[in-house]
Amino acid sequence: MDLITTPLHDAFAPVAISYVLAAMGLNIHYGYTGLLNFGQAAFAAAGSYAMAVTIVSFGVPFIPAILLGLAASVVLSLVMGVPTLRLRADYLAIVTIAVAEILRLLFSTSFKKYFHARDGVSGFTGTFRSWNPFKDMEGTFLSFSANDLWVMVVGWIIVALVSTLVFLLMRSPWGRVLKSIREDEDAVRSLGKNVYGYKMQALVLGGMIGAMGGFVGALGLASVQPDTFNTDFTFIAFTMLILGGAARVLSPAVGAVLFWGVLSFMSVALSELSDIVPGDLLDSNRIGNIRFAVVGLVLMLLMIYRPQGLFGDRKEIAIDAR
Amino acid sequence: MPADRDEPTLDKTTLDKAPLDKAPSHRAATDGKAGLAGLAGLSTDPGVAKPDPILVATGMTRTFGGLKAVDVAHLEIQRGVITALIGPNGAGKTTFFNLLTGFDRPDAGERWFNGRSLKRVSASRVARLGMVRTFQLTKVLSKLTVLENMRLGATGQLGEKMWAGWLPFLWRDQEKEVTGRARELLTRFKLDTKEDDFAGALSGGQRKLLEMARALMVGPELVMLDEPMAGVNPALKQSLLGHVKSLREEGMTVLFVEHDMDMVRDISDWVVVMAQGQIIAEGPPDAVMADQRVIDAYLGAHHDVDITELDPEVVALEVEAEIGAEHGSTGASTTEELER
Repeated sequence: MDLITTPLHDAFAPVAISYVLAAMGLNIHYGYTGLLNFGQAAFAAAGSYAMAVTIVSFGVPFIPAILLGLAASVVLSLVMGVPTLRLRADYLAIVTIAVAEILRLLFSTSFKKYFHARDGVSGFTGTFRSWNPFKDMEGTFLSFSANDLWVMVVGWIIVALVSTLVFLLMRSPWGRVLKSIREDEDAVRSLGKNVYGYKMQALVLGGMIGAMGGFVGALGLASVQPDTFNTDFTFIAFTMLILGGAARVLSPAVGAVLFWGVLSFMSVALSELSDIVPGDLLDSNRIGNIRFAVVGLVLMLLMIYRPQGLFGDRKEIAIDAR
Repeated sequence: MPADRDEPTLDKTTLDKAPLDKAPSHRAATDGKAGLAGLAGLSTDPGVAKPDPILVATGMTRTFGGLKAVDVAHLEIQRGVITALIGPNGAGKTTFFNLLTGFDRPDAGERWFNGRSLKRVSASRVARLGMVRTFQLTKVLSKLTVLENMRLGATGQLGEKMWAGWLPFLWRDQEKEVTGRARELLTRFKLDTKEDDFAGALSGGQRKLLEMARALMVGPELVMLDEPMAGVNPALKQSLLGHVKSLREEGMTVLFVEHDMDMVRDISDWVVVMAQGQIIAEGPPDAVMADQRVIDAYLGAHHDVDITELDPEVVALEVEAEIGAEHGSTGASTTEELER
């Protein structure tokens, strides 16, 4: 039974939601606008640290702390975007990946009074948990705790709202300008659009959605730790986005759920297999690595035989091949 | 003598194109004839003043390393006529185009559009002011449909603001108006059957048409075409020629870069010749093409003499005289000397 319930549990858990939101932000950056942001982890980190530290160290109430977290992600977008968005796409990629690493190292080594180094910040979930309407449902649904259930309901509602917003925006003339910038920004400039301004708006919006991913992850874990936000965070989110198909509204959600589901299924299946197979062939210590190798193989096959992702449009990919 | 050459073309009323419904009202006052008449009897020296210039550039220079790609002392573009910018490869035509439209910044110099200085004005703002360009290598937005490409060209769309984008009822009416105008232009450019195709699926010639039609969506006063005929088959070339002429009929000013001399002779009212970054001559097409400076720039000073008939000593003397003259003048750049 674990082969089904554990993957289901992991695919919809708070951690998965935080990746869904991070990938949705990346979808606006990369999928629609063509901005190569390799530092989505920085937006999630800035958002969740700002929220957690203001609550724990400064006693700010929960809702204003969330708003401060969003504000932090906006400031971060400006810091990254102002110097680089006038330049070629590569420069944004370099700056974002550097800023993400700088932030992670800053949180894990400096201002220990506020950030508590590798232990992370905890003790900020009180208000949120006090609103939990599912307190008596502990462990009844897929063995989720009552707190997880509450985070998941709120998290998936946020995912639904953000998806609706992205859907509406991307079929508007605003979304048309973003997609055009992805195709050729000089052409857009020649038609009288302020390309820099649009890129900045896209960076800010995607960054704020990434920060929301940080909030959900933090509330799910009840702590904010620097190592959550290493470069893997960004690249796993990218993987999920491409798995679903870039520039499709629902592809980050489906991609993330599938990714976690398959990853979790692999580890359960492999650990059951390791009971049967002799230890020399499949050691239970190696399962963690083997499952990533298998998922990588699946992704490679997907990119070879379905390069547009699960939801992408084959005709669009064919245009690139010209 | 040059102006009446084009009179028959102007009087032709065979062009039954749909007029642009978004033409600014002041265009009616400056119809093509007035613009063209103003060119009559002008001298053919580089930088000659025009009676009604829409675009003026002065002292524009741009260097790439040691190479002075553009060094234009003065140029005025007459309103309401078709001006061609020609010159050998590497003359700096496209760089000059980029400087005029704000896609590149000059090292020095100033330019005015409709009397308004364009110093420190961004390329997108220049386009909104009414000076729209196309590109030598066509830039269609491949993964958008032909109709979406056209819609993008419309300016002042409320739906392009982020705060209004997600509220469709705010911009739906405007979108309908924009779509109507886009369809009209697509019909005129014979792309109406392609409106739902991805722009990336169009042929090279159709892309040229789409780019020109999309530029017209902006509602420009001055259309700048960078090699509109490059890589276009002869049949389509004729239709493109008709479209460029019809822009003038509608009161727009056209400035285009072109290598195809037949086209230049056929449609341009005024020709500006660039060589080595400088404007070496300008004037009506026939006069310019007969100009000795232009022939020398394209073909070399001895192009019509059999090399065996040249007296080596005479040539040597000429070269020495030229070198002497260059050393005498302070303006000679190092690259020019290197080339010799």
